[in-house]
Amino acid sequence: MKRNVLPGLPLSLGVTLFYVGLIVVLPLAALVFKAASLGPEDYWRIVSSARALASYRVTVLSALGATLFNLFFGLALAWVLMRYRFPGRRIVDAMVDLPFALPTAVAGISLTALFATNGWFGSILDDFGIKVAYTPLGIMIAMCFTSLPFIVRTVQPVLEDLDPALEEAAQSLGGSDWEIFRKVILPLLAPALLAGLSLSFARCLGEFGAIIFIAGNQPMSTEITALLIFIRLEEYDYAAAAAIASVLLLTAFAMLAVTNWMQARALRYTARN
Amino acid sequence: MKIRLDHVVKTFETFRAVRDVSLTIESGELVALLGPSGSGKTTILRMVAGLEYADGGHIYFGDQDATDIPVRDRGVGFVFQHYALFPHMTVAENIAFGMKVSKVKREKAAIDARVAELLRLVRLEGLGDRFPAQISGGQRQRVALARALAVDPKVLLLDEPFGALDANVRRDLRRWLREIHSELGITTLFVTHDQEEALDLADRVVILKDGHIVQQGTPEEVCRDPQSSFVMKFLGDANVIAAEVRDGKAYASGAAIEVSGLADGKAELYARPADLDWSLQGPGIPASITRVLDRPDGRRVLATAETGEHLEFDVEPERTVKAGDGGFVTLRRAKVFAIG
Repeated sequence: MKRNVLPGLPLSLGVTLFYVGLIVVLPLAALVFKAASLGPEDYWRIVSSARALASYRVTVLSALGATLFNLFFGLALAWVLMRYRFPGRRIVDAMVDLPFALPTAVAGISLTALFATNGWFGSILDDFGIKVAYTPLGIMIAMCFTSLPFIVRTVQPVLEDLDPALEEAAQSLGGSDWEIFRKVILPLLAPALLAGLSLSFARCLGEFGAIIFIAGNQPMSTEITALLIFIRLEEYDYAAAAAIASVLLLTAFAMLAVTNWMQARALRYTARN
Repeated sequence: MKIRLDHVVKTFETFRAVRDVSLTIESGELVALLGPSGSGKTTILRMVAGLEYADGGHIYFGDQDATDIPVRDRGVGFVFQHYALFPHMTVAENIAFGMKVSKVKREKAAIDARVAELLRLVRLEGLGDRFPAQISGGQRQRVALARALAVDPKVLLLDEPFGALDANVRRDLRRWLREIHSELGITTLFVTHDQEEALDLADRVVILKDGHIVQQGTPEEVCRDPQSSFVMKFLGDANVIAAEVRDGKAYASGAAIEVSGLADGKAELYARPADLDWSLQGPGIPASITRVLDRPDGRRVLATAETGEHLEFDVEPERTVKAGDGGFVTLRRAKVFAIG
């Protein structure tokens, strides 16, 4: 038998598989099981109720908006952090992780305080007739905040490994800056961008703490799906909560599958014969 | 296109990479910039390309001052040390890149035809659909060359073109690059730290040290007439023997050789391994053999002179020499440089 560097492989394999089963697979299975305890008709009635549909709508649209924003801003931030040396760069770099570290409720409260109509930002925006707190825009901002690190942190290492000679080669062949970015840099960043995108989107779908403070939580307009699940739980309607949760679960699965497939496509050049 | 560097200077932070280099490369010439690492050879190449800007001096392409023309408008073909092929593009797409981004718009059919022509030139027909990760190092090198040639450059610049390849591939590609150069007649400048490569390939070799040119000339000129001990040592194996010059002759423990143009005084005598021979009778440098290395084309003998100097020389394969033998090292020819 081949000797492994780390001893006790069968034991550690067993322990980790057991742990993954216990912590990840079992709860998900329980969720599906609970949802399945409803009959098909009840299940369909709950997941397609007007209030549930409205919550999917606001959750998915806000998540899309936030992810798209982070795609541009996160890429720009990663670019600046990797390509420029400026005073305070390391502080900015460290602050990118803050949304990971901060309790999301804290983020929610501070965002609400800022964007409420009497807050620092909110009062200025209010003069232009823009309302952020207690609107879908507020949900989007909360989502942007909590999911910002994903794109930055997935793109950064790839950007760092990017051989500067590739850009120089493209320049020497007569490429303009925009052409080099679009035809050389962007395709090479695409797999990392997609990975960051899917993580960011998944996080937005499931975000709860940061949003409920700023969203206003009006059923049919600013009530996110995660909150609706929570409300059903509070009403001891476990089956309904599980049913709605299963929709989120499916969406997340589908999203990961699609991005994995796109990533594989974008990476096909690395395949050897 | 004739290239002329006129008193070019480049400093990185505090490091003076290139100090006052003037150099002319005639149209159609194949020139090697040869030097140890840190000698400024790559910096010179990058300044000619426009990837680096000179702090002082001028670079002329023909009669045009190209010093401040950015790389994308300079019309050079640059082959990078590690090729810098775009990994997400196929071989054909890599070669076509320069034509696609060119300000001169071309029909797709014209681009395809040119790509096919270049693939033929670099002998990679049928590999156009592969990705760089799917071909060998030597093939990548040829793709890089085809990509650089695709934009019809006025000048071809190569940075350590064979550095990353193994010895056999290197020799083949060297011969092949020489053929391509004769076929296209494009002015070519390449950087190398490998003397053999520079001497085999170039019409003219420019030897650099610490950011300035120490000697330039045809391979014959620099090999037969090295102007300094640095060039002598850098171009190949050399034995260094302490000597003294008196009345037009250099004496080194038992051996003597005619020299001209050197004042009397202490000097160093440089001899290639092939310039020395082994003899059982004098006159010569008394020495004893410490080791014999057998090689396909002869025997390399390592000996220690009575004065303590280590000497290396080659003898014919038939010669019976062995470690421990005593005798004399004789001089066929040598170069003598005054010390200081």
